[in-house]
Amino acid sequence: MNATLQPPQTIGLRAEALRVVFDGFVAVDGVGFEVAPGESFGIVGESGSGKSTVLRALCGLAPLATGQVRLTGRENLPAPGSKPFRRQVQMVFQDPYGSLHPRQTVDRILAEPLAIHGIGQGDEREARIERALEEVGLGTGFRFRYPHQLSGGQRQRIAVARALILEPQVLLLDEPTSALDASVQAEVLNLLEALRQRHGLSFVMVSHDLAVVTHLCQRLMVMRGGRMVEMLSAADLAAHRVQADYTKALMQAAAGFVRAAA
Amino acid sequence: MACAMPSTRRRRSDKFRPEGVEVSEPLLTVEDLRVAYPAREGGMTEVVRGVGFTLGRERLGIVGESGSGKSQTGRAILGLTAPGGVVTAKTLRFDGIDLLSCPPKQRRALRGGRIAMVLQDPKFSLDPVMRIGAQIEETLRAHAPISARERRERTLQALADTGIEDPARVAALYPHEVSGGMGQRAMIAMMLVAGPELLIADEPTSALDVTVQLQVLGVLDRLVREGRGGKGMGLIFVSHDLRLVSSFCDRVLVMYAGRVVEEIAATELHRAQHPYTRGLLNCLPQLGAPQHPLPTLDRRPEWLNP
Repeated sequence: MNATLQPPQTIGLRAEALRVVFDGFVAVDGVGFEVAPGESFGIVGESGSGKSTVLRALCGLAPLATGQVRLTGRENLPAPGSKPFRRQVQMVFQDPYGSLHPRQTVDRILAEPLAIHGIGQGDEREARIERALEEVGLGTGFRFRYPHQLSGGQRQRIAVARALILEPQVLLLDEPTSALDASVQAEVLNLLEALRQRHGLSFVMVSHDLAVVTHLCQRLMVMRGGRMVEMLSAADLAAHRVQADYTKALMQAAAGFVRAAA
Repeated sequence: MACAMPSTRRRRSDKFRPEGVEVSEPLLTVEDLRVAYPAREGGMTEVVRGVGFTLGRERLGIVGESGSGKSQTGRAILGLTAPGGVVTAKTLRFDGIDLLSCPPKQRRALRGGRIAMVLQDPKFSLDPVMRIGAQIEETLRAHAPISARERRERTLQALADTGIEDPARVAALYPHEVSGGMGQRAMIAMMLVAGPELLIADEPTSALDVTVQLQVLGVLDRLVREGRGGKGMGLIFVSHDLRLVSSFCDRVLVMYAGRVVEEIAATELHRAQHPYTRGLLNCLPQLGAPQHPLPTLDRRPEWLNP
């Protein structure tokens, strides 16, 4: 229990020249970036730009043709692909309707990562599950429900709890709010921000919505066709200091519909 | 531009229109619309509770969260309420036709013909084993007695109208072979090919990328203004994104728990009175105006029964 009371030991992440190829199709081509410990980093782009593939490559779900991923910020950090690495780097997926097992209770969903990593036994596991539920604002009353008994926002909270139950230092977020209503999106974004501050987490967040990314992230990368288009700080973006035409088009899109002159 | 629509559609609608009905009547009149489903504990649960509005040839937005009854309102107008659901209304009239008491055959003729609906996700709402062109032609086969050659021409024209550059190629593709934006255009083409006077769009852009969203909205906007040979049509745009709706529509209905809590002109939105409307507006993160934490909605029980 003492582990959570210590000041959080933050970890960052460095990706160098990532290249992912599927059957001859180059999905990600030479993308590299660094996320400082405790920083929140965003990746923006349209469908097919390779942004989700970058995220999957970071945690080993997509095969890397070349390039490497390293954790930074401390000595003796685990190498990618190892079990300790996966404990430090956890992912929250886009669709809370698809990422939770429909025939398992919340309790079993949350117990699974603990079983895989051999953490705790009996009572200690139960305490961790209850704590994880409290942390995402759900309370222990949700422990024995099935996913279909929860709303979209509640499911996404369970997905966040499942990622956090291992106490990772890096959280990969793949469009965590795009399947949710605007009003529920605000709640989940607030939750993610509060958790990041409380645990000193580093975020890598993928989204197609510039406003959502700038809300949560200090720096962001714009991607298109598997390549990096532009690297920006959120302040640059808010002040409209952007170079690439593509980024400008994205900014216009975020501002809403403008009627063509009749 | 006016009155150049010599289609069979016009004549058919005249046949159904009762005599003495003023042409200046709104296209659609909804008064005290209620939709109820059987509850598990017995009895009925009302999901739409007394919604009323009128629609001319304009863009009306219906906004609310999941479960507010906005989609159910759209579906009830079209007669697509799921089995078991009970629809009642004081008035539900489209162009002089009482939709609730008209014979099923007439309702079927209206659906897809003069009233059409664009659904949320092209991945799930297109038939996966049918070529796109054939799906669009199917609408015409059901609603317009024209030759196969003319059907083909109108299908390609409808695809071209939605901004698809190579309609013949796209018509020969299956839905899984096109992108989300292209699929949604095909869906819109399918709905527009029969020249409807009222289009109900249920979250037509929620499944799309922001850049593609704007293209699809542009297509819809042009068709609402200039479609049907310049006569234009009425549009009901259902969405949970109040900002998007307000930038696109003329008028917005805000729904909460099955009721309309506020009706407001899109340009007046910043002066919205109801706390729920203000909450929906403020909960979206905005570029250049950071708010930490984001304001969330409080949902008060007293709003249930205003």
